Amino acid sequence: MTQISLAPGSLRNAALMERAVKGRSLWDDARRRLFRNKAAVASMIVLGLLVLCAVIGPFVTPYAYDEINKNDVWLGPLTGDHLIGSDALGRDLLARLFTGLGVSLAIGAVATTVSLVIGVAWGATAGYIGGVVDEVMMRIVDVLYSLPYIFFVIILMVTFGSNFILLFIAIGAVEWLTMARIVRGQTLSLKQKEFIEAARAAGLTRKAIIARHIVPNLLGPVVVYVTLTIPGVILAESFLSFLGLGVQPPMASLGTLISNGAADMELAPWLLIFPSITMVVTLMCFNFIGDGLRDAIDPKDR
Amino acid sequence: MRRLIVAIPTLFVVVTVAFFMMRAAPGNPFSGDRKLPPEIEHNIMAKYGMDKPLPVQYVNYVGGVLHGDFGPSLKYRDKSVLDIIAQNYQVSLKIGLAAFAIMVIVGVTLGVIAALRQNGPADYTVMSIAIVGICIPSFVTAPLLQLVFGSQLGWLPIGSWNGGALPNLVMPVLVLAIPQIAIISRLTRAGMIEALKSNYVRTARAKGLPEFTIVVKHAIRAAVLPLVSYLGPAFAGLMTGSLVVERIFGLPGLGKFFVNSALQRDYTVVMGMVIFFAALILVLNLLADVLYAVLDPRVRLS
Repeated sequence: MTQISLAPGSLRNAALMERAVKGRSLWDDARRRLFRNKAAVASMIVLGLLVLCAVIGPFVTPYAYDEINKNDVWLGPLTGDHLIGSDALGRDLLARLFTGLGVSLAIGAVATTVSLVIGVAWGATAGYIGGVVDEVMMRIVDVLYSLPYIFFVIILMVTFGSNFILLFIAIGAVEWLTMARIVRGQTLSLKQKEFIEAARAAGLTRKAIIARHIVPNLLGPVVVYVTLTIPGVILAESFLSFLGLGVQPPMASLGTLISNGAADMELAPWLLIFPSITMVVTLMCFNFIGDGLRDAIDPKDR
Repeated sequence: MRRLIVAIPTLFVVVTVAFFMMRAAPGNPFSGDRKLPPEIEHNIMAKYGMDKPLPVQYVNYVGGVLHGDFGPSLKYRDKSVLDIIAQNYQVSLKIGLAAFAIMVIVGVTLGVIAALRQNGPADYTVMSIAIVGICIPSFVTAPLLQLVFGSQLGWLPIGSWNGGALPNLVMPVLVLAIPQIAIISRLTRAGMIEALKSNYVRTARAKGLPEFTIVVKHAIRAAVLPLVSYLGPAFAGLMTGSLVVERIFGLPGLGKFFVNSALQRDYTVVMGMVIFFAALILVLNLLADVLYAVLDPRVRLS
């Protein structure tokens, strides 16, 4: 710093000054705030462990998730090889729990991606083009928004049978509406910012402006909303599974496990308790991370 | 006004989408348990006008709906769709209204307390409970409550309607209300904190008004505004919840009917219910808008 004050204006010192001033970017700031949030950090660690369980777990457990053991029916936790017990068909609950967790997380990830792609494309287009196009596109969103969507998902699942891929698409297709609204609102306000004007004045093409300036600035709210959509999707899937319309046996998801557990809860409460805890912990992790991200990226909302 | 313009096409879209989705399903209401000779099946189909091309059926159906005729049930003898809704809405209405009252009263109270003690122990307690409440799906709370209060402690009946006796209502209503209480208390807290920082509250303080008057007359009024716009989604949430609750507690309400009818391809009943619920949501949204304008002098209906 002393050098700068000694010889201002020299090229070398200008470079130095730039380095000194550059400090941290907006994202550095956000990351710092996020990692200071204990709940969010703990959630990230727990969620990481859960994902690890879902990925590696099925290969580690002594039984396969659909392996029926006639002699091990309704064993309580900590009996034999079944760490957390077995169900009415003697299937190992731990194996089923890992598999079910994986299925639920996968549905969460895929359906959220579907909603992300549709929502961002729809919202950014409406927001950037504006005018009549915007009006029409957002009216469509309004109309879809006021539908009792769960009924449509139910009809859809009944209509086309409980097909895995369809389940992803059906849930993703109803979750994109909020995303589209958020993205559009953000795009609209970004469009009027000075730095966009500056970019336009500097002669950047529309494509470059969208890619370089609009999308990176959309990222914040979108990332936050994505982390909050995943638990919503997991809930929606388990809700359908609970009604018997989601994942079909012998496949498991957290929803089917809870639903089966609820049916046998008096005989075998562990079948209900373990999947329930897993589900609640998973959802809470996502919510804490989402809240933490929101506070980190948009501190004025705190 | 804009809402009203959106509401009508929305209902139309609901009818159309539900109609074609239902019909795209393989099988028909008469292809169920007993296999009918094809000729007889054809005759029955003709009786209900289902041998005609789809567009013709669609026009006929929409014509009927416009005249208030939702058609006969295809599964329940001697009952029209309106009969079924009329005979079963009371159960759903009763638990829905009770849950609604509880969630507003408890949710707002908790939210206000949390805001007044911002960052204090009361605030953290309420908000932790709220996040747990949001993360625990109703199909987890319901069986757990049944397990504890129903079969272990024996305080409350595990299920059934029993003419709407109070002990039978407690658990279903609680299960319906819990997630909404959580959301409402979070919304209220956020609104309250903002209101307490506002200029008019400072003015009220400067006037030397008692704290109670400031909170009740000035702050809460502004803080519950966001709640009004949450009315529609809250109702949708209650409906979704009632699908689960009615099933778990074995209540003879609309939610239970809907899932069963969808599974049995009882086209007319499913359609009737979707229209019924969509119309309800739309009316509530309209109501919320009007209420908002009444409560907030800054908003005027054009």
